[in-house]
Amino acid sequence: MAKPDYEITWKDLEIGCIVTEPGSASQYKTGDWKSQRPVTDKTRCIKCGICYLFCPEPCIGQDAEGYFEANLFYCKGCGICSKECPTSAIRMIPEES
Amino acid sequence: MSRRVGMEASFAIAEAVKLAEAEVVAAYPITPQTHIVERLSEMVADGEIDAEFICVESEHSAMSACVGSSAVGARTFTATAGQGLELMHEVLFVASSSRLPIVMAVANRALSGPLNVWGDQSDVMAARDCGWIQYFAENAQESFDLTLCAFKIAEDPQVLFPVMLNIDGFFVSHVVEPLYLLEKEELEGFIPPYQYPFPLDPRRPVTMGAFAPPVLCTETRKALEVALQGTRETILRVWKEFGDRFGRSYKPIETYRTEDADTILVGIGCYTETASVAIDTMRARGEKVVMVHLRLWRPFPFPEIRAALQGAQKVLVFDRCIILGGPGGPLCSEIKSALYGEEKKPKIFNFIGGLGGRDITPRQFEDMIARGREILDSKVTVEYETIGVRE
Ligand code: SF4
Ligand code: SF4
Repeated sequence: MAKPDYEITWKDLEIGCIVTEPGSASQYKTGDWKSQRPVTDKTRCIKCGICYLFCPEPCIGQDAEGYFEANLFYCKGCGICSKECPTSAIRMIPEES
Repeated sequence: MSRRVGMEASFAIAEAVKLAEAEVVAAYPITPQTHIVERLSEMVADGEIDAEFICVESEHSAMSACVGSSAVGARTFTATAGQGLELMHEVLFVASSSRLPIVMAVANRALSGPLNVWGDQSDVMAARDCGWIQYFAENAQESFDLTLCAFKIAEDPQVLFPVMLNIDGFFVSHVVEPLYLLEKEELEGFIPPYQYPFPLDPRRPVTMGAFAPPVLCTETRKALEVALQGTRETILRVWKEFGDRFGRSYKPIETYRTEDADTILVGIGCYTETASVAIDTMRARGEKVVMVHLRLWRPFPFPEIRAALQGAQKVLVFDRCIILGGPGGPLCSEIKSALYGEEKKPKIFNFIGGLGGRDITPRQFEDMIARGREILDSKVTVEYETIGVRE
């Protein structure tokens, strides 16, 4: 999208509100209403990838060193990763206001 | 050259769809369906038309299949009536908001309950806000002509809206009438090829029917409303072009015996043809009665209605539908809104009748006009009166 969504006027919309740019939904910040967020303690992480598999978004990716971490732009703060992590490496902390 | 034939209006619509070379017809073939798709299915089976007939499992699926086929760029037609239109209701909005130029004929019928299925306009009136271009044909000839025009209007790059052609159930849909059919050669070039600007095509991916959060939804509705209102010009142009080429022209509102009126009867649909007999009788007695009937229903012909009704003293509006719990009939409600802001406006009264297939005779129209004038000369205490109801 050329413009952020709050600047789009009715005249900017394509006919039938068709989205002509593939994958543009990735530009929507869908993680802005979480009340808590995951924080990973790398010293406990065994890089098993279970959090990655269980995240319903799915917004957990692997960094250059092979650790799994949530992308907070999309993370909803559901806590599933924290619950499923076998080494309790993920702690949910309250989102700062 | 044009051929004069005797034909049921439903079959005349099927002939027009064949001439327009529709590529997909998706329909549900059980009551309340009409002969329109029955005839089309025969045409497809006999190879008279090179189209895909998708026999779906419900009207909801019929409209959904139409949305899909129109989105890939296929000229698409369907027909329905009554309950069938209501089952489509959800998808009607998807078709219009996606700007897909589907053409649909609707044989207007009553809605359950009680189970009735005879003619009235409850079905289209319940779907009036779905964002389609909607207009009415009053006989077989108009049904044929206006189906051809529907494809040209819907697919015009300035329009790209679905078009709903309404005909009164049974009173038009099932009646055999004389009409002129056009030949393929005569129609040459009238309906250009359909080109949707962003068809579903894996080589050029697009997202249709996407999500619009609160930050965008208001903008989408405004864009849709402005675009629908903006179709007027093309509708008028296509009807005029049809008239210039084939000698039968159509207007957003039609007037009957306009000269020198103090009372105007307003209606929509085929009953106005019956009413015209009553108008003739009354005028022969020297009564200054005329009739205005709407052809175009959506977008509503506000300028034409204002111009036609402003000067009258009394306007009587006849509706074949009740807005339950509301102001009476939907047509009258619209007419009143059109005139409310005008400085000089007539007195208006609403009659409702012809529900669920009940006949209204010319004599009843005469009585109705007399009764309406009497009511408007005294104090109006009710929103409307119902014609012929047993008290
Ligand atoms: S909190 Fe939920 S959404 Fe966020 S990373 Fe963990 S599983 Fe995914
Ligand atoms: S589930 Fe826990 S241990 Fe496994 S990769 Fe995720 S954070 Fe690391």
